Amino acid sequence: MTPPLTQADIDREIAELHRRAPAGGDRQAAQALRDFAPYRSSVLRHPKQPLVAIKDPEAGELTGPVFGVTDVAPFDSDLTRQHLGEPLGERITVQGRVLDRDGRPVRGQLVEIWQANASGRYLHQRDDHPAPLDPNFSGVGRCLTDDEGGYKFTTIKPGAYPWRNHVNAWRPAHIHFSVFGTAFTQRLVTQMYFPNDPLFPYDPVLNSVTDERARQRLICAYDHDLSVPEWTLGYRWDIVLDGPAATWMEEGR
Amino acid sequence: MNPTPSQTVGPFYGYALPIPRGGDLADGGITVHGYVYDGAGDRVPDALLEFWQADPSGSLKGAPGTLRRDQVSGELLGRHGVDFTGFGRVSTDADGHWTLRTLVPGTGYISVCVFARGLLHHLYTRIYLGRDAFLDSLPPERARTLVPVEEREGVHRFDIHLQGENETVFIDFG
Repeated sequence: MTPPLTQADIDREIAELHRRAPAGGDRQAAQALRDFAPYRSSVLRHPKQPLVAIKDPEAGELTGPVFGVTDVAPFDSDLTRQHLGEPLGERITVQGRVLDRDGRPVRGQLVEIWQANASGRYLHQRDDHPAPLDPNFSGVGRCLTDDEGGYKFTTIKPGAYPWRNHVNAWRPAHIHFSVFGTAFTQRLVTQMYFPNDPLFPYDPVLNSVTDERARQRLICAYDHDLSVPEWTLGYRWDIVLDGPAATWMEEGR
Repeated sequence: MNPTPSQTVGPFYGYALPIPRGGDLADGGITVHGYVYDGAGDRVPDALLEFWQADPSGSLKGAPGTLRRDQVSGELLGRHGVDFTGFGRVSTDADGHWTLRTLVPGTGYISVCVFARGLLHHLYTRIYLGRDAFLDSLPPERARTLVPVEEREGVHRFDIHLQGENETVFIDFG
């Protein structure tokens, strides 16, 4: 029988892969590696053949899905008001802008979030972490970006939680984000982390991004100006979408 | 500007991202369905597929309303079925299977974005119902991974292999 995988094993693997990774500034180093064995679930779920490039200005993926007022409901962006009672935990504001890689705001596009509650438990039947569910918190939100590309959510700071990647594996607290650009090529699903989490060095998911500066782009910043007096603590996190977009899409959006 | 890196969709997106009838873009057209496989040949029960496509005339304008919501309860209603939104989202079921009901795109292909637990950065591929220069540029044994098999009239089977002998062609848009 193989001995159980320890944090020390994972730490060694992460250190080795970071040492072998291309230098910062490389396009690959700025993204998560799909082949990152310390995250065990990636081993059989990444392609081994190189991706095939398309440089076609007519490619359908240079356009993308559109969303509108019908796609969001009034309480979608305030996750603390979706039930009759108040959820437990630290109430926070998470606010920022969605930009393309030229720094242009992405307007009127959909931002979706989902997260664990303050105890580190997801409202999902397969989450068997023995932490309490909160009847007043679902942990799902949506909004459309405004004319400056801005988004804003009121929610609860999620808790860290254990998982079974290796013995004593814990995920740092995070909020999942799903973001659309004007082009399908700009699609992004990612996770936002909170500043100074002691779990960062131990987490194979965060460390699948081998460049330290790129990892920093996944961590929001405490912003006192976003804190609402006697209500929430404020965090700022701007999102920059990768991938090309058709330039003609700029007008009218 | 430097992009925000991707992170896996994880195992728990299921109560947040799926849409009621998310794969039913239109009635009266074609059905495309299949399984998602990992490198061991096992079916992947926690993948999320998104589809984006032109309408039959080739227009890529799309329409809002894929995630239409009830303004009273906040409940997800999904499309009203009049507009063709061009966008679909389907989670694989416990057996790794997915189904899309849609119209044949005028451009000849349906764009697919694959997310899954274990996949740290999404992957793009295409379902070809016609042909184009890109499909023709691929070696035949790779091109066939992008072409569904018509099982019976109007029903097309398209499996996605994340890894392995029949690995699907995945696309880099730069």
